[in-house]
This record gives sequence, structure tokens and C-alpha cells, in this order.
Amino acid sequence: MGRGRAEATVPLNTTGGRPLGRPPAASLFWRGQEVTGFLFVLPAALLVVGLVAYPFLYALLLSLTAKQAGVAGQFVGLRNFTDLFRGDIFRHTVRNSLLFTGVAVVFKTVLGLGLALLLRRATVGRRVLRGMILLPWVVPSTLSVLGWWLLFDPLYGVINMGLSKLGLITHRIPWLSDPVWAMAAVIIVNVWRGLPFFAISFLAGLVSIPEELYEAAQIDGAGKVACFSRITVPLLRPVLGVIILYSIIMTVSDFNIVYVLTRGGPMHSTHLFATFAYEMGLASGDIGKGAAISLFIFPFLAAVAYLQLRITRGQTQ
Amino acid sequence: MSALRRRVGMIGAYVGLLPYLGFALFPFYWMLLTSLRRNAEIYDVTNLSFLVQKGTTLQHYVFLLTRTQFPMWFWNSLVVSIVATGLSVVISTAAAYGLVRIPFRGSAAFSIGIFVTYLVPPTLLFIPLSRVVTALGLSDSLLSLIVTYPTFVVPFCTWLLISYFATIPKELEESAIVDGATRRQVLMKIVLPLALPGVVTATLFSFTLAWGEFIYAMTFIASGTHKTLTAGTVAELIRGDVFYWGPLMAGALLASVPVVIAYGSLMDYYVSGLVTGATKY
Repeated sequence: MGRGRAEATVPLNTTGGRPLGRPPAASLFWRGQEVTGFLFVLPAALLVVGLVAYPFLYALLLSLTAKQAGVAGQFVGLRNFTDLFRGDIFRHTVRNSLLFTGVAVVFKTVLGLGLALLLRRATVGRRVLRGMILLPWVVPSTLSVLGWWLLFDPLYGVINMGLSKLGLITHRIPWLSDPVWAMAAVIIVNVWRGLPFFAISFLAGLVSIPEELYEAAQIDGAGKVACFSRITVPLLRPVLGVIILYSIIMTVSDFNIVYVLTRGGPMHSTHLFATFAYEMGLASGDIGKGAAISLFIFPFLAAVAYLQLRITRGQTQ
Repeated sequence: MSALRRRVGMIGAYVGLLPYLGFALFPFYWMLLTSLRRNAEIYDVTNLSFLVQKGTTLQHYVFLLTRTQFPMWFWNSLVVSIVATGLSVVISTAAAYGLVRIPFRGSAAFSIGIFVTYLVPPTLLFIPLSRVVTALGLSDSLLSLIVTYPTFVVPFCTWLLISYFATIPKELEESAIVDGATRRQVLMKIVLPLALPGVVTATLFSFTLAWGEFIYAMTFIASGTHKTLTAGTVAELIRGDVFYWGPLMAGALLASVPVVIAYGSLMDYYVSGLVTGATKY
């Protein structure tokens, strides 16, 4: 029972080496059926144009107006943006977003790789093991974060009670009410939630590395460290790149964890772009500024999309 | 010798995995424990225990199901998730097939467009979308979610399905045509059955994404009776300084049950989709 067969349920690079965006040779009997092809794609195209592209352009327009809830907006140029940069809260938000994303993605990558290496060796009871490990990723995050909220509770929370029972702390840790601890808390929960995705994806990359490479290296006298740095890491690099990039955009745009745990507090110390946009655009009704804040997610999206497409092209050529 | 070393390595792997399993599963265990405890035990700060000590109770579940709008939210989530999933899977299947098999002018650009859209997080567009929803006269209705959920589900599923369709040899379809089958028959009897694992995976993911969606539900829906499970539980069950830990944990667990069942019974599809969705190139 090689591990190769059971892992074959995890396809990597399943477009069969076809460069992204380049259609395969037309099936013979569809040749000359351009209109039919267009009709197949039309509903999806309408959806993307009407409910993604148009709202995006609308967001650009809103961000240039002083639109309040219920009032027609007036064109104000870039004033929303300059106002935002002059305010402390927005500068905090930028710093928080970078810190939150940077730290969480590093932890998810390192721990995810460690977990994947362990999972590759743990072949007995693989299904049950995988099922348990994936659970944090499967349960809707708003709901599981409610559980974390209870764990972090300063008085009734089991984390503080446990640590003080063990004699590790003498004062209750002000999780969620102190700026530094609150940031630590939201990062811990983000890592908890995202780790299964990293681990399972890395595992899929690991098992696609041919066993013969390691055997050959061992015959040549390579040690474990050399095998890891000379075989595992280089061959895993495309998967690492794709997963890390994907995670950067999903982490920087996070809303659920921060909204449920801290609402961006205390003193705006955990606001991310999405939670601050929600507070500004919906709770305070300043739609123009809210739209402007959300748009700061866009540069991350553009950079990630560009790099992903480059990795893709590099892979297939 | 080598077999022995392998066995030692495997035991070492399980020992290494134990702390992580504790980290992954403890929050759920604690939620279950809290939902089954009596209030006196939940709010007893002097006693730390990892079991229910003073008798289990279903009172929090009874409260949730009879004294809150939880059953209504459950129904709303079910309606929204099923309808949005049905719509999305049909749209995505058609689009993926069209893009893989019937190239037309602009189909390459559209593939890239789908890929970029798949990376767009819902939090980028929730403010303009709420204006669009209002303009369409859909605000505060389940329709607003049914119409907007496909915006993040369809790009994901189309992307997923493109890879499944690409693995079906086109010669299969061509030889069926030569044997006198109509195009409809080819689609229904050859292509769809072969792509079925992909369609199941897409359905599973659509449902999971729709079930867990939060920010659109918070933004577009105002009245309590139209809320979905995620928004209702967070917005209505947390009551200021009155402690609702028992019903809140019971609600969070009950609301997770459908996706956990769906995932538990279709885990292989789930894992393949998880990896394909993000690492396909």
C-alpha cells in the first residue's frame, strides 16, 4: 500500500500543464460554434460584469464623493483619501492590517509546513486524522470564533483560569481589552482557522515529490537537512508561492474574526480595512469614506493576482 | 532495520501531532461542554474542570429553539444556501464547459477574468453592492443574498470545474458524435457523468461558502426574521452584559451541524476541492 495511491485524490496542476487562459484546441464538433461557446459563458459573464465589475467601478465613484446614508453624494475629489490619511484611526488600520497579515501568514506557513511533514509520516488512520485537522477550516468562522470569544473571556475564560491554575500567571491576561493582547488574540485565531488549509495543501505538494529523489540523495550520502533544503523546499516552491499569495489576500481582507472578537477595539488597535470600512460606511453612515477604506484591499488583490499569474506561466512553460 | 526506523518515525509523527490536535479541537470541545452545563457551573470562576460536573442539561438548547428566532434563521440559511448553490453550480458548469471545449473570441481573456474575480474577497465590494441591492429593491430580503452569493461562488466553482472538464478526453465526445449521438445526448450522457466528481465538489463548496457567509448577511439584512444563522447568532444572541454563553454556544454548534455533516460524508471531494481550488495553475 504505497502512500501515492491514496493521495491521488488530491490533484495538483490538474489543468494538465495547459497555460492559464489559453484554451485547448477546439473539439472537432464544436468547431465554428463561437456563438454557442459564448452562450455557455454568458450567465457567468453577466454575473461578473453586473455584480463584480460594476460594483467595483461604483466603489471608485463612491470613494470620490461625500456620500452619507440617505443623502445624494457630492463630488469631492480625493478628499476622502486625504482625510483618512490625516486621521489616526486609518493609520492604525494600515499598520494593523500589515502586522496581522504578516505575522499570521508567517506562522501559518511555518506551522503548516511542519504539520504537513508530520502528516506525511502518519499513515495509519489517515482519514480520521485529516477529518479532525480540517475541522477549524470547515466550521463557519463566525461561529467558531464565538467559542474563542468564550475562551478569551478574562473572568470565565478557560485560558486565563488554566494559566493561573498552572501558576504561569498571577494576574489575569487582559485578552481583548489590551491593544497588544487583543492583536495577539486575533492573530492566534486566524492561524488556528487557516492552518488546516496550509497543512493539507502543502501535504499534497509533498506527496507529489517522487520518493526516488530522496532514495538517490541518500545513496549519495545526503543527510536529512540537505534533503529538506535541496529537494523538498525547491520542489515545493510553486505550491508554497500559490498558497502564501492566496492567503495574503484572504488574511488582509478578514472581517469575521476581528468583528466577532473585538469589533476593531480596544481603541482601534485591531481594526482591519474591512472592519473599519464597515464601521465607517454602515455604522456611521459615511458611505464615501467606507468605500474608500475598502478599496485599500485592492492593491493587495492586484499584486497577488499578478504574481499568481506569473507563477502559473512559469509552471507551464 | 529500515522498517523499524520507519515505525519509530511514524510514532514520532503522532506524538508531534498531538499538541496540534489539542489546539485544533479544544475550542469545539469547550463549546460543547459549555452548551451542556448549567448556568451555575458556567459562571463558577473558582472551579476549573474539563468535564460537566453538576449534571448535564439541555436547557440552553431548549431556550434556543423555543425562545429565540434561531429556527427561523436556520430555515433562512437553508433556503439561501440551497437556492444560491443550485444557481451557482448550473452557471459555473456551463461556463467551465464553454471555456474548456468551445473556444470563442475573448474566451482566454474571460478565463483570466474569472481567475482574478475568484481572488476578490467579499469585503472589497460589500458597500457598493449594498447600494446595488437597494437599487434593485431587494434590501432586507433573502433574495438579496441569493442574488449576491453567486458573485463569490461562481468564480470559485468555474475555476474548479475547468480543471475537471480539462481531464475529459475530447475524443470521447467526438466518437459519440460519429456514432450518431446528438450534442445534447453527448452533454447529458458523457460529459456530465464524467465530470460528476467535480460537480459534487463544486456543490459542496458552494453550500459551505453560502452557509458561512457573514458580511453580506450583516449588511443587506436588517430585520431579525430575515437574518441567516451566522448574522442572527452574532447580532441577536449576544445581549450586552446579560450572559448568554449557554445558548450562544448551543447556537454556534447547532448552526455548524449541516456543514460538518456534508463535509464528513464527502471528505475526499472536500480535500480534492480544497487543494485544487487554491493550487491549480
